[in-house]
Amino acid sequence: MTSVITVPPSLDDHSFEQVVEQLASVPPDGKLVVDARHTRWASPYGLTALLTLGQSRVERATFTAPDNEETASYWARTGFFKHADDLFDLHGSVPKVRGGESSVLLEITAVTKSEDVHDVVGRIQQKAQQILSKELNIDAKATVGFAMTLSEVCQNIVEHAGRGGFVAVQTYTWRKRLGRRVVVIAVCDAGLGFRQSLESAPGRVRSDRWDDAEALEEAVVRGVSRFRDPGRGQGLAGVRRYVGRWDGKVSVRSGTARIAIVPSWDDDVPLQEKLAPFPGSQVQVTIPERVSGGPR
Amino acid sequence: MMMHIDLSSMLRQTLSCELYSNLVTRPTGAAVRSQIEALLADARERSLTIIDFSHVGMIDFSCADEVVAKLLLRYVAAERADREAYFLFRGVTDDHWDAIETVLERHGLALVLETDDGARIVGMVNDGERAAWEKVYELGRTVPSDLASALGAEERDAEALLVGLHRRRLLMRTEDGYVAVGGDGVRHD
Repeated sequence: MTSVITVPPSLDDHSFEQVVEQLASVPPDGKLVVDARHTRWASPYGLTALLTLGQSRVERATFTAPDNEETASYWARTGFFKHADDLFDLHGSVPKVRGGESSVLLEITAVTKSEDVHDVVGRIQQKAQQILSKELNIDAKATVGFAMTLSEVCQNIVEHAGRGGFVAVQTYTWRKRLGRRVVVIAVCDAGLGFRQSLESAPGRVRSDRWDDAEALEEAVVRGVSRFRDPGRGQGLAGVRRYVGRWDGKVSVRSGTARIAIVPSWDDDVPLQEKLAPFPGSQVQVTIPERVSGGPR
Repeated sequence: MMMHIDLSSMLRQTLSCELYSNLVTRPTGAAVRSQIEALLADARERSLTIIDFSHVGMIDFSCADEVVAKLLLRYVAAERADREAYFLFRGVTDDHWDAIETVLERHGLALVLETDDGARIVGMVNDGERAAWEKVYELGRTVPSDLASALGAEERDAEALLVGLHRRRLLMRTEDGYVAVGGDGVRHD
């Protein structure tokens, strides 16, 4: 039997949960069609998470591209179909890429090894400086912190996931929640996830309540790492500091939980538990346009 | 023994790639540190190494932990006086400082930065250590009695400060007293 999963018309970190919920009843080796025909918009998180869905399947799934030409063309310019072609059997009209997309700071890029992180950071720097200072009214000095943030979240894949993932960086106007421009980093993988990674720490004692939510709290809030090395765990702490300095938001989904460091402009839930399961880790960092002034 | 290590060149050798100028990722940091340690292993005596960030674009937390913190941790308070290793950091800008400061705090470390007008001590030092280091930097070769009179302190307290700063490899101990890393009396060009 083939299961069909419908991708919502607007796909972001919240609406991706509809995809995961539909997926929950499909065995990993079951036949699957991911139907994005009616999807009109997708955030970098949505696109990279869709790719990790493809990665997670034992049996290669079918992917039906958006009917809307503009949407399909945009997805092509983000590099989505280039990677999707390796993971899915593509159906529908997949446009050829003609020129880059100005709002895409970093097209969807596979991250599997340390050199990929060098490549990503090298590619983003110049463009990020221009976008952060000119479009988001953020001090040019923030570019370095932005590149560091990108580097650390990508390294999460290399160090902990046990398999490759994807990163994308994009700017857009977030009308729904903020009414301002934002720059968004999305880094998604279908690897071990935080709980399993922390469980691999030698001699680790699990608490009674040990689950994905607690694993996320330990890693994201308390800076715990699977390594005994006291220098570990600084990456995500640094990401949190950077995001806090620029009034941004970071959310991490792993397994059946999602944690978010929520700024005052957003009403997201800080910790969600008992979500439908999805492998690996999915990270989103959002830095909004500054209305006035520098860091708080 | 004096050494100058251009981190940018070392990074390119490590990655075998001319394109990268950023010190990012933990494996890269560990590889660069291993190269530095290999060079230091050849030193049969006391050494001063200039770690030069001048051509490094940026450094992230993970790489700073490997290249800066773990390097210092290995040599701070190392017992073999004949193999004492000291470090002076050159070319560190705001673009590098956030990551370096973070790892120094995390491990309770301090280091000496070369600046346009000399050198200064940064990281986790208390007011007494800072005042003592700055006085030695100003005085040049210093013995406990010099520091005691300069600070208006007891000689044994001054000596304890000098010993502590030497143990942290922020002062170099010579036969005639102590000199500040990066200060007069320590050749570092």
